[in-house]
Amino acid sequence: MILNGKVPEGPINEKWDRHRQHLKLIAPANRRKFTIIVVGTGLAGASAAATLGELGYNVEAFCYQDSARRAHSIAAQGGINAAKNYPNDGDSIYRLFYDTIKGGDFRSREANVYRLAQVSVNIIDQCVAQGVPFARDYAGYLDNRSFGGAQLSRTFYARGQTGQQLLLGAYQALSRQVHLGKVRLHPRTEMLDLVVIDGEAKGIVVRDLVSGKIEAYSGDAVCLCTGGYGNVFYLSTNAMGCNVTATYRAYKKGAFFANPCFTQIHPTCIPVSGDYQSKLTLMSESLRNDGRIWVPLKKADNRHPNDIPEEERDYYLERKYPSFGNLAPRDIASRAAKEVCDEGRGVGPGGLGVYLDFADAINRLGESVIRQRYGNLFEMYERITGEDAYKQPMRIYPAVHYTMGGLWVDYNIESNLPGLFVLGEANFSDHGANRLGASALMQGLADGYFIIPYTIADYLARTNVKRPSIEHSEFKRSQEEVQNNIKRLLSIKGRKTVNEFHRELGRIMWDHVGMARSEASLKDALKMIPEIREEFWKNVIVPGSGEELNQEIEKAGRVADFLEFAELMAIDALHRNESCGCHFRVEYQMPDGEAKRDDDNYCYVAAWQYRGPEKAPELHKEPLTFENVKLAIRSYK
Amino acid sequence: MDLTLFVWRQRDKDSEGRFEEYKAIDISPDMSFLEMLDVVNERLIKEGKEPIAFDHDCREGICGMCSQVINGIPHGPQQKTTVCQLHMRHFKDGDTIYIEPWRARAFPVIKDLIVDRSALDRIIQAGGYISVHTGGVPDANAILIPKPDADVAMDAAECIGCGACVAACPNGSAMLFTAAKVTHLAMLPQGRVEAARRVCLMTEQMLKEGFGNCTNHYECQAACPKGIKVSLIAKLNREFIKAQFKNK
Repeated sequence: MILNGKVPEGPINEKWDRHRQHLKLIAPANRRKFTIIVVGTGLAGASAAATLGELGYNVEAFCYQDSARRAHSIAAQGGINAAKNYPNDGDSIYRLFYDTIKGGDFRSREANVYRLAQVSVNIIDQCVAQGVPFARDYAGYLDNRSFGGAQLSRTFYARGQTGQQLLLGAYQALSRQVHLGKVRLHPRTEMLDLVVIDGEAKGIVVRDLVSGKIEAYSGDAVCLCTGGYGNVFYLSTNAMGCNVTATYRAYKKGAFFANPCFTQIHPTCIPVSGDYQSKLTLMSESLRNDGRIWVPLKKADNRHPNDIPEEERDYYLERKYPSFGNLAPRDIASRAAKEVCDEGRGVGPGGLGVYLDFADAINRLGESVIRQRYGNLFEMYERITGEDAYKQPMRIYPAVHYTMGGLWVDYNIESNLPGLFVLGEANFSDHGANRLGASALMQGLADGYFIIPYTIADYLARTNVKRPSIEHSEFKRSQEEVQNNIKRLLSIKGRKTVNEFHRELGRIMWDHVGMARSEASLKDALKMIPEIREEFWKNVIVPGSGEELNQEIEKAGRVADFLEFAELMAIDALHRNESCGCHFRVEYQMPDGEAKRDDDNYCYVAAWQYRGPEKAPELHKEPLTFENVKLAIRSYK
Repeated sequence: MDLTLFVWRQRDKDSEGRFEEYKAIDISPDMSFLEMLDVVNERLIKEGKEPIAFDHDCREGICGMCSQVINGIPHGPQQKTTVCQLHMRHFKDGDTIYIEPWRARAFPVIKDLIVDRSALDRIIQAGGYISVHTGGVPDANAILIPKPDADVAMDAAECIGCGACVAACPNGSAMLFTAAKVTHLAMLPQGRVEAARRVCLMTEQMLKEGFGNCTNHYECQAACPKGIKVSLIAKLNREFIKAQFKNK
């Protein structure tokens, strides 16, 4: 099937305005007749739930954490992009659009990205009005910094905690709607299935994580704002609870999963220190504004970094990409780090690390300026490694961070299942094959504050499928399935823990479906994943019962889904016979080692349809057309 | 290193809890405290026992989910550090460690080390926001904010809502938490409009939830993983008193 992204007609800068003219409305007095389910309370979910509540809809909002304020958007550090051009350094909506398209290696939908750049300016206004304490200069104006893949400063920030402050802004707006009775919050509640009635998404089945009760909620529409699936790699910068379950269960109910192999490996994370490691910690990309990345020129140089003289250091990003230098995009910086480590020039335990050095910046600006800019990051680094980055360079290494793939959505951010809207990282639409820094926050809030309120009204006005009663047989069936799945997991009583399986899966994914992939490695993965999945269902041990707070059953359900989803990722990576952005197939590279795209054959979105257990998924394509930018070889040299 | 743990175990909120002893064997100093508990839990599961339930999520000190009292101190011995960022290099081989949940009247225990902190959410819901709708707001640079004010607002806004301040306070007071939000918003011109109403509503909710009052022990500041200062409580009091005159 050829998928239609429903991109409106007209010049790109008028598409969104024109489209809004044609979208149907719901009158204020009628909005209270509709109930909207919002799953996830990160930037996308909280902003959507708050805004829909303000408009007068009834909102049921769900999150697995104990409070909506803890969703993982909170951990985003560096900043949020917006084409405000406050620094007068040449920014414009078009340029943010172009940088994002190019950063994504020409694998995103032009019209969505342009709209994102357009509403970026509204986001900053909205956040300031909410009281988000962005950094300011001495005249009281907002300050900006630079991020990777851009040659100007368009990133707004709140110290090293921009995600936290934006999320708290959205959480506060959400809290206000809770107080006003328009939003009902369900914390410690995890979505375990999507309910589809007459082909449209009309409800969800959840597990109350405290009582263990399986409950059903019906709505006129469902918004999934459930983030990414980076934890399929076990070790990632995601929170421990981040999972693919909500989107994967929607996939099993008929929603298409787009570009699952597009996973971003972030170049600046604290390296792994041992087998017990439970997660990886990001060091914000903003550090690359002032830090210089290098490795020793010589292999296996064990000297203390401060003892290695200048002429024996290789500032490889500055050498290879002189015009972007240390601010090369994430996929390129990550691959370059892997390359020098593969050459045997890596530093730290196991040689899996490179230096991020602030000595020059401290000499130039003084320690206090650096402390002011990045103090909390240096502190975090010290907590984890026991090293003082003011005195010696940080050691960093790439780690799984963000997933550009997600459920397929059209221009209205609606999936192929009518009534199912997908927002933020959970959808696939805006970042192509690689996301630029400070763009995730922008997209989450754009979807929640400024897009969903318009497009969901249009759906509600058009649909003929009424909100069902939770007594409907589909709800009963779904609840039973969920219940049986839990019973089955508890009944295995094997010998290996959920974590052991998850770790094993993660190793396979990192080694075979990670930073560099080949036909052989992917085929190996496709052999190994079903094997450990089979073993999981025979040999996993899940203690306790389903009728209580049981963190192991929560994890077991998530890992069971990862074990299926991992296969879909490998299938997608194997089918895409090109390198683009984060997806690097070693067979397809330029003579200088850069990614070699194949626009003749792969300039499309790969959207996969579930065909049943143990059956191969079916591929559908949405061709990508570029009318406003020229398909070019991405160069940051 | 090898450690002896005494961990608070409690089935649910209505059951009685007790300390139970566990051995943590072969712990690396580079592990985080929660990774040490992961190791203990993995062993318990394999022995057919129930693992220790504890809240945690981001494991990078920002989500505010982790919440354990370690040897009597919320978030443990290292200053300005959440449990998830506390590393085992701060302990010695042979140490005995007591691990308890947050203890406060307003935070009922749900299971083992997990408590119900929804009271903090309800304080924010009562008024911890600027009542602005999405859309129709002025250009961001139309609101100028002196840098020192913006910095104080940001210092206060850093609160992660973990509740360590409540757990540390002999009165189980949530004054530092409430003061942080009141100060953050009261320092900004866009937040001044509702400042009086906000401080009254939030304070009222705080008392309704069963949190105690502040009697200047400063334990909250010592326990706060984000280094939020008690001077904000003075600001809260000042805002509250000002509001009384305004509301009369």
